Amino acid sequence: MPINYYIFLSIALFCIGIVGVLTRRNAIIIFMCIELMLNAVNLLFVAFSKMHHLKMATVNASAGTEGQLFVFFIMVVAAAEVSVGLAIIVMMYRNIHSVDVNFLNRLKH
Amino acid sequence: MKNVLELAYLVPLFPLLGFLVNGLGRKSLSKSLIGIIGSGSILASFIVSIWIFIQVKNGNTHTAEYFNFISVGDLRIPFAFQIDQLSCIFLLIITGVGFLIHVYSTSYMHDEKSEHFARYFAYLNLFIFSMLLLVMGANFVIMFIGWEGVGLCSYLLIGFWFKKTEYNKAANKAFVMNRIGDLAFLIAIFWLIQRLGTVSYSEVFLTENLRHLTQSDITGITLLLFIGATGKSAQIPLYTWLPDAMAGPTPVSALIHAATMVTAGIYMIARSNILYSNSPLVLNIISIIGLATALLAATIALKQNDIKKVLAYSTVSQLGYMFLALGTGSYVAAVFHVMTHAFFKALLFLGSGSVIHAMGGEQDIRKMGGLKKYMKITNITFLIGCIAIAGIPGFSGFFSKDEILAGAFGKSPVFYIIGLFTALLTAFYMFRLYATTFNGKFRGTHDQEHHLHESPMAITGPLIILAILSIIGGYIGIPEYMAHGAHALRDFLSPVFAGSYTVLGPNELSHDKEWMLTGISTVLILITVVYAWNRFTKKPELGEATGFGKVLANKWYVDELYDKVIVTPLNKFAGFLDSVIERRLIDGVVNGVGRLVNYSSRQLRLLQSGQVGSYVLLMVLGMLVVFVLQFFLRK
Repeated sequence: MPINYYIFLSIALFCIGIVGVLTRRNAIIIFMCIELMLNAVNLLFVAFSKMHHLKMATVNASAGTEGQLFVFFIMVVAAAEVSVGLAIIVMMYRNIHSVDVNFLNRLKH
Repeated sequence: MKNVLELAYLVPLFPLLGFLVNGLGRKSLSKSLIGIIGSGSILASFIVSIWIFIQVKNGNTHTAEYFNFISVGDLRIPFAFQIDQLSCIFLLIITGVGFLIHVYSTSYMHDEKSEHFARYFAYLNLFIFSMLLLVMGANFVIMFIGWEGVGLCSYLLIGFWFKKTEYNKAANKAFVMNRIGDLAFLIAIFWLIQRLGTVSYSEVFLTENLRHLTQSDITGITLLLFIGATGKSAQIPLYTWLPDAMAGPTPVSALIHAATMVTAGIYMIARSNILYSNSPLVLNIISIIGLATALLAATIALKQNDIKKVLAYSTVSQLGYMFLALGTGSYVAAVFHVMTHAFFKALLFLGSGSVIHAMGGEQDIRKMGGLKKYMKITNITFLIGCIAIAGIPGFSGFFSKDEILAGAFGKSPVFYIIGLFTALLTAFYMFRLYATTFNGKFRGTHDQEHHLHESPMAITGPLIILAILSIIGGYIGIPEYMAHGAHALRDFLSPVFAGSYTVLGPNELSHDKEWMLTGISTVLILITVVYAWNRFTKKPELGEATGFGKVLANKWYVDELYDKVIVTPLNKFAGFLDSVIERRLIDGVVNGVGRLVNYSSRQLRLLQSGQVGSYVLLMVLGMLVVFVLQFFLRK
């Protein structure tokens, strides 16, 4: 399949993720959208890795493995970030009994 | 081998030190100490000036360079003094007469509080310092520094009693009118620099350098310098400040407005004589303006009733004579008249100060009279001054004025006739002044009569010395037709004016003609003196002037003319600039900038909302911008 299709899909997913981060009020939905962005990028990495492999396969049998390797790293980071983030949301709920991010305007002072 | 005249810097140094000590220590020094420092510094300068004079008389002239004042590209203006015959004559006059006036001031100003007394002497010393710079400078720039300095000190001293508004106005008037002349002087200096690249006398006056100047250059430069001189030396049209300057203390009038500052213009033209001799048009202009000023001021003096105003207009008139002399090429006569005028005019002013002091501050001669009974020394010395200024043979004024009139006749008989008529007017108003003040009966109040007394030694001493000088001062300039080779001053100054005499050619009259002219003028002057004496002793002019006399008493309404044509429109223009341009435009712009900053800061503040969402949005937008830039600008 032409690489463009993968790129368009990835961009679309990424933009949906960004819009979701910017517009949604529920903290958990924002988190899901962040995950969506990260996964869009993962998709892109894998697609490029395959593209490279197809291009270089005649020279080097194990070409294009870097992309897939980096996807692992991203997944690890995502996992760590989720755990920390969810902990923050739990603390937030304990303080204001809501997960609405519009209440977070203490930085004004 | 360094020339011993390098020590000439001592001459202005003493007054400068006197200024600093008296100025800075004015709150702590005693009056006698202030007087001693003030007068002593000038005495020291006088002694050094005498030594310099002896040096120059023995043929030792020198230009002493001290340091580089301005050095820009090709232009080099050193701080240098030129000691030659012309400058040392002026040095003697300035320091000699200046010293006498300082001594006089210690008594005249003794009523002042010691702080103001010190301020007075500080200003006087600063004035002497500036005047010395003026006459000793070796280039036009140093002269201009002195020129400005004397203008400043004139302002400070005229407005010495600064608590009276009209005195401050008079001081302002003097300074502003001086300034107008200074502008012309500056433009002349710039013109010289542009054409010749130098302002030093020794270089500008070289014939080779003069050939670089076109005739219009020379005419322009000399004309502008002369306009500067009209401001400083009170000629038409910039003379109206001098009578108003009588608001200052009388010794100030004697020093600045009789003996020294007003002669700065004469010195400047005498110094630049080679330039002027190459420009006959400007010489004509100078003669005409000098003559016109002499006549105008003499007519005004006929009807003045303030003793100092008569002397002020007399000064303007005598300065006109000096410019007439310069214009007809008689440079030596002009310098000679500067010298004799310094003696008798300072004498007359100091004498009038003595009279004013005795009258308890009264200056109106209609309220005086019969003072010769009460003030013998002042009477005799004032009379000697009057005789000298009238030009009666035997006294100093006769020799110098005669030389001027002879030179004028050589140029044109019309000049001579008008000059002679003015001399008659001079004799007339001076003896009107003398007779009204000293002869007849006393017309003042009873209290004033009790107060009348001869002045102390510090005042009468200088009067006596100046009176002696007014008598003998003329004998250094005995003209050719009276005694061959006896004109010591002309011989002394001949190196300074040698170049001019070759350009202008001789201006000699036959001896018979000179005797005839002298005879005519002497007879007419004596008749005038006797007539004025008799008339005003018997019937002094006590009432207000009427008819044509009123025009003269009101100074030909020149001040009112200037007011209407120049001063009021300028004030209105300044008012317009203030209310419209200053308030609306400039303040609008400046305040507008402030308001703009205020507004934008208010708007920027809204960015800090504390909403995390908007922060994230801005982050995303920023990343987008960077991405776009990378994508589109990498190409």
